[in-house]
Amino acid sequence: MEFSVNNPILFILVGVIIAAVLAQSVYFLLRALKRAKQIGIKSQTLKSTIISAAVFTVAPAVAVLVGVVALSKSLGIPLPWLRLSVIGSLTYETVAAGNTLEALKLDAGSRITDPSAFVTILWVMTLGIAIGLIFVPFVTKKIQGGMNKIGLKDKKWSEIFNNAMFLGMISAFLGYVFCDVTLAFKGDYSGLIPVAVMFLSAAVMAVCGIIATKAKVRWLTDYALPISLISGMAFAIPVTGWLS
Amino acid sequence: MKKNMTYLESVHRDGRIWGVALCLIIFLFPISVCLIFKTLPDWQALAKGLLATMPMYWAVGLVEIFTYVPMLGAGGTYLSFVTGNISNLKLPCAIDAMERAKVSASSEEGEIISTIAIAVSSIVTTIIILLGVIFLIPLSPVLNSPVLKPAFDMILPALFGGLAVVFISKNLKLSVAPVILMLLLFIFVPALNSGTVGIMVPVGVLFTVAVARIMYKKGVL
Repeated sequence: MEFSVNNPILFILVGVIIAAVLAQSVYFLLRALKRAKQIGIKSQTLKSTIISAAVFTVAPAVAVLVGVVALSKSLGIPLPWLRLSVIGSLTYETVAAGNTLEALKLDAGSRITDPSAFVTILWVMTLGIAIGLIFVPFVTKKIQGGMNKIGLKDKKWSEIFNNAMFLGMISAFLGYVFCDVTLAFKGDYSGLIPVAVMFLSAAVMAVCGIIATKAKVRWLTDYALPISLISGMAFAIPVTGWLS
Repeated sequence: MKKNMTYLESVHRDGRIWGVALCLIIFLFPISVCLIFKTLPDWQALAKGLLATMPMYWAVGLVEIFTYVPMLGAGGTYLSFVTGNISNLKLPCAIDAMERAKVSASSEEGEIISTIAIAVSSIVTTIIILLGVIFLIPLSPVLNSPVLKPAFDMILPALFGGLAVVFISKNLKLSVAPVILMLLLFIFVPALNSGTVGIMVPVGVLFTVAVARIMYKKGVL
């Protein structure tokens, strides 16, 4: 068959894989919902979990879509569509494709026409990050078993432990927001953009929280995170204009 | 208690079956592309590409498994490691959902809420990307628009600003040390940037858990 990065057969194969991945999510969703009813989790809680997860996902998912568009210039549509729907993140796929294009001595901006070059990139993208895919089915239960042992002994500590894990992750990303601030001493204020965005988003979240508790606007808590996310992203547009 | 184990056990059993099956399907893709177009990779470029990519991403990936499994829960883990975008989408979504439902990540309720949030998030992501691919031609100018670019570039600061407020205000004493440590590291170590933040997540987690343990033993928490 003659090769093209947008050959219909590639769309079909990718469609089948994505359908299988989607089926896994649907399966686990239905199982969790069934179990939730059995142990008496309120249907109001389930409803608000589903709706706010869906609303929250929209903006990050559109950002992923931007990645598909960026990669499709050289790799066509099906491959970035698969890679970004399954496992990959834009940073990883761009690095993996970039490294391979360099090894192939090809230009990153132009469309791939050689099938051998295409499958080389495809293999690097697939293998380069496959560790989670290969090991997670075999180690998850063991890791969880170990965690449960710590948790079962002391309820209060297990609560603190969970919060400490989340805080540890959040603090790493907060640090990352500040990684370029010292550039400001050299007259380059672009490093302040993420800091400004982070503070605005934090302020919006705090205001939502205050309104939700003081004025008893229950529904607001369900949308507080997406609201602060979108506000921060929107604020990034003028701030980037001012500071860069 | 026994029933509790049964649900979790069955999640692990199903998670393994799905995980292995999807792993095989995902690897079948490059194999079938080779067969369909009767071509083989350029071995030298493949080796070079893998050498430049694999060591770092396998090392980070390994640490990520140990860091994220306890936070995501069993069902959430089996889904997230297939669908990806964990730190920028799935985990914040699960954390927010558990926080609002007032359930602990290590309880069965937490397991269920986290699985529901991650499954919904995965489904919505897949649908949005699918719609995007279908309408790619009319959408391209909007998605590529230079006006919107800063908004998409700033998704992580916008996301973690909101999450930080919730968790820092809830754990004020515990958050001081990790936040100061990470700020100092990222501000003064030039090698730490968007490419290396993934490595710093487990560092932050281990450090915070250690600090929490000390504070808890001393009765500060």
